[in-house]
Amino acid sequence: MTELKLYQIGTFAAGNRLLDPADRTEQSNIGRTNSITSGHRACRGCGEALAARVVLDAAMRASDGRMVTVNATGCLEVFSTPYPESAWRVPWLHSLFGNAAAVASGVAASLRAQGRGDVRVVAQAGDGGTVDIGMGCLSGMFERDDDVFFICYDNQGYMNTGVQRSGATPAAASTATTRPVGSRIGNAFGTGKSLPVIAMAHQIPYVATATVADLHDLERKVTTAMGIHGSRYLHVLVPCPLGWGTDSADTVRVARLATESGFFPVFEARDGEVTGVHRIRRQVPVEDYLRLQTRFAHLFGDPGRPDVVERLQRQADRSIAHFGLLEGGQP
Amino acid sequence: MLRQIEGSRAVAETVARCRPDVVAAYPISPQTHIVEALSDLVALGRAGSCEFLMVESEFGALSACIGASAAGGRAYTATASQGLLFMAEALPNASGLRLPIVMTVANRALGAPINIWNDHSDAMSQRDAGWIQLFASSNQEAVDLHVQAFAVAEALHVPVMVNMDGFVLTHAMEPIDVPEQDQVDALVPPFRPLHVLDPEHPVTIGAMVGPEAFTEVKYLETRRHLAALDVVRDAAARFEQVVGRRSGGLVSTYRAEDADIVLVGLGSLLGTAADVVDELRDAGLAVGVVGVTCFRPWPFDAVRDALAGKERVVVLNRAVSVGLGSTLGSMVGTDVRLTLGGTPVTVHDVVAGLGGRPVTRDLIRRLFEDAAAGDLSDRELVFADLDEGLAQRELAREEFLS
Amino acid sequence: MSDTCPAVTRAAEVRFHGRGGQGVVTAAELLSTAAFDQGRAAQAIPSFGSERTGAPVAAFCRVADEPIRSHDPVVTPDVVVVQDPTMLQVPGILTGLPAEGLLLVNSTRRPDDLGLPERPGRTVTVPASDLARARLGRPLPNTVLLGALAGLTGIVSLAAVQEAIRSRFSGEAGEQNAALAEDGFRVARGQLTEGARGAATD
Repeated sequence: MTELKLYQIGTFAAGNRLLDPADRTEQSNIGRTNSITSGHRACRGCGEALAARVVLDAAMRASDGRMVTVNATGCLEVFSTPYPESAWRVPWLHSLFGNAAAVASGVAASLRAQGRGDVRVVAQAGDGGTVDIGMGCLSGMFERDDDVFFICYDNQGYMNTGVQRSGATPAAASTATTRPVGSRIGNAFGTGKSLPVIAMAHQIPYVATATVADLHDLERKVTTAMGIHGSRYLHVLVPCPLGWGTDSADTVRVARLATESGFFPVFEARDGEVTGVHRIRRQVPVEDYLRLQTRFAHLFGDPGRPDVVERLQRQADRSIAHFGLLEGGQP
Repeated sequence: MLRQIEGSRAVAETVARCRPDVVAAYPISPQTHIVEALSDLVALGRAGSCEFLMVESEFGALSACIGASAAGGRAYTATASQGLLFMAEALPNASGLRLPIVMTVANRALGAPINIWNDHSDAMSQRDAGWIQLFASSNQEAVDLHVQAFAVAEALHVPVMVNMDGFVLTHAMEPIDVPEQDQVDALVPPFRPLHVLDPEHPVTIGAMVGPEAFTEVKYLETRRHLAALDVVRDAAARFEQVVGRRSGGLVSTYRAEDADIVLVGLGSLLGTAADVVDELRDAGLAVGVVGVTCFRPWPFDAVRDALAGKERVVVLNRAVSVGLGSTLGSMVGTDVRLTLGGTPVTVHDVVAGLGGRPVTRDLIRRLFEDAAAGDLSDRELVFADLDEGLAQRELAREEFLS
Repeated sequence: MSDTCPAVTRAAEVRFHGRGGQGVVTAAELLSTAAFDQGRAAQAIPSFGSERTGAPVAAFCRVADEPIRSHDPVVTPDVVVVQDPTMLQVPGILTGLPAEGLLLVNSTRRPDDLGLPERPGRTVTVPASDLARARLGRPLPNTVLLGALAGLTGIVSLAAVQEAIRSRFSGEAGEQNAALAEDGFRVARGQLTEGARGAATD
């Protein structure tokens, strides 16, 4: 087939019709599972709902429908299963906030013991259930290399409980527990907590990051992960209009700016080594990304905090250098 | 066949014969020998296709069991003390999800101060978690209760905790018969889950339930647990039919029928109490013992039947409910008082055997004798084996420092 | 055997004292196994601390003709076995041992030289660490003392002790320890003979 280079500018739906049918996304398939089906109660513009549908439909395709899911407590669980309704068209289990990885390990072990090892196990959680309260269980799952594909939908905070900071909240962001009052600049500058890098340190077979700005890439990574056995981890950036203070129409745009500014590096790793990065085609200043979000509005008032913006830009620059995100860069 | 083996080893062999699909555990004294033995049994292929997961925490262990059970497998774990507390969030989750997990608790005190020795404060702390709680009086009973536990759990789709005294039973070597495989198979048929993660029949397990139905969920759970008393009793009867040994059930009695004074207790102290009863009976004192085997659900009728008409009941608790210092000051004592409400039986609420302090024959003899002589308080919680001097010295030191 | 140690016959309660790493718990378990193999009821219960080498450890063994119901610690032992003689100075080691009881000590000294202020009815010393070192290269006194116990009391036979040892330790270790039990048995019997003349025992 002809090598096509797709420039997704202006319209974000471009692509599928130009592709060979085999390369089209599962979302363009009228027969897709609709793993999380319409009618759920997510906020408008929810990045997590979008990502979950794309991820699980792709995983269903990759597993030929032989798949079960485990879900941590969080927005995704709450908006999808208000008794007596359920938006899930896949086998779905919710236990607790911090134990999705351990529950999934148990599911996988149980299926193996019962001779149903062909059934794949997918676990999903938000950033709180992954990088904070769920990290112990997740690290154990990685270390044992249990046959589970774990997806973190990272909206950078505890949105379900009213937008409090999490270990994944960026510096300077205003949340319900990091309001820019007094001399506070919002969330403090810490050392950061990159779960993808922590996952890589476990040398598990596959680690990847993605965003809802590139659904082809997201589907491809899910398909790749489902083609591998052992512990696999996918970290998806999912903007949250409520928590980030973004327009619900801007979810995909904000995610793209996170990538194109270098603020959120998109990469893949095998066995602890980075094997590929999403190159930034046209670098944008971090400020373009921040300005769309009211959680950073205090940085741009009068007098504003250009020093903080500059510091956030340096974070993005470091990330770009570390992962070699610019065209011609070295990963 | 009787063999001289350690309690933990016997329990592990029994669990293996119950054909679990997943054993998940995290080590904590005095549970370790059980999971060490199971790890070997799985590695040696003596537990069928069972998967053994040594996980990163007790929270992870019970969580893995939740996943394993929801996937249609038979799941088992074991813990003690702080480990049980570390599981606490997952305990009502397992019962709420109707997952018939079986767990051994090698009973041990809760810290601080850190203490690795035996009492019942761990199990008591989780008495409202929606788990059936059984207490073994000997290693033979511990073995037998595990077989019955799987049967009861899977008949009701309710998890069961089998309590056995840490070290005192887990590390004791005694003549024990581990039921034969065919006997266990007859008592524990293949697991038929209530709901299961299955790609052929997608279901949502663990949905959110709001005020519109939560009360009804709890009401039904309460009814189910009360009905479980019959299932626990039937499991013991069926066990006796198949194995030919009386074990388990709701309560056990020893020379209690015609006794004036009865001691009520749980766990391994019951055997010691039976020895004391024989001794005191020879000396002309009409005493007896009632053991509570099924602590949750509480066998209200069985306990009342066993205690009604007695002059005095001495409840020996190996845990204390701190802050309730008077007539309802302990764990089992509270339940016994509620059970005997409106009857003229005098109840003595006694705490002893905390943090590994042994419950000796001398102590039990003294309790019976003091009760008979009217020297045991029935108004205040009695710390029967208190080192008064040590307590007073500490009080004096605190006063000095303040 | 009842003529040599009349108080310690078939039914007995034995308390073992030693230090972590000396096989104290194993000794109690082996004794219970030997008794069980002879058709008796038996129970071994350790009194564990944290699992550190060198820490004081006690273990109990009950042997009876009727099933054993109690699970309380042995407080009035018929026999106290001390696997580490330095522990004789620890308070409580001899507590509850009656005048007619038996104290068996791993020591190269004679009973009179143990420095005990009060001695129970019968005190026997066996150089168990030395005997063990000679065969195993390691001073593990427990199987020697079990053999001695068989030689001094009617609780179990030497053969039952050796069988219990062999079923616990396979191969060479089992054989060496079974031989050590016999060493202990012989030495203890020798002491008894001497004791009859009023020398090594009380």
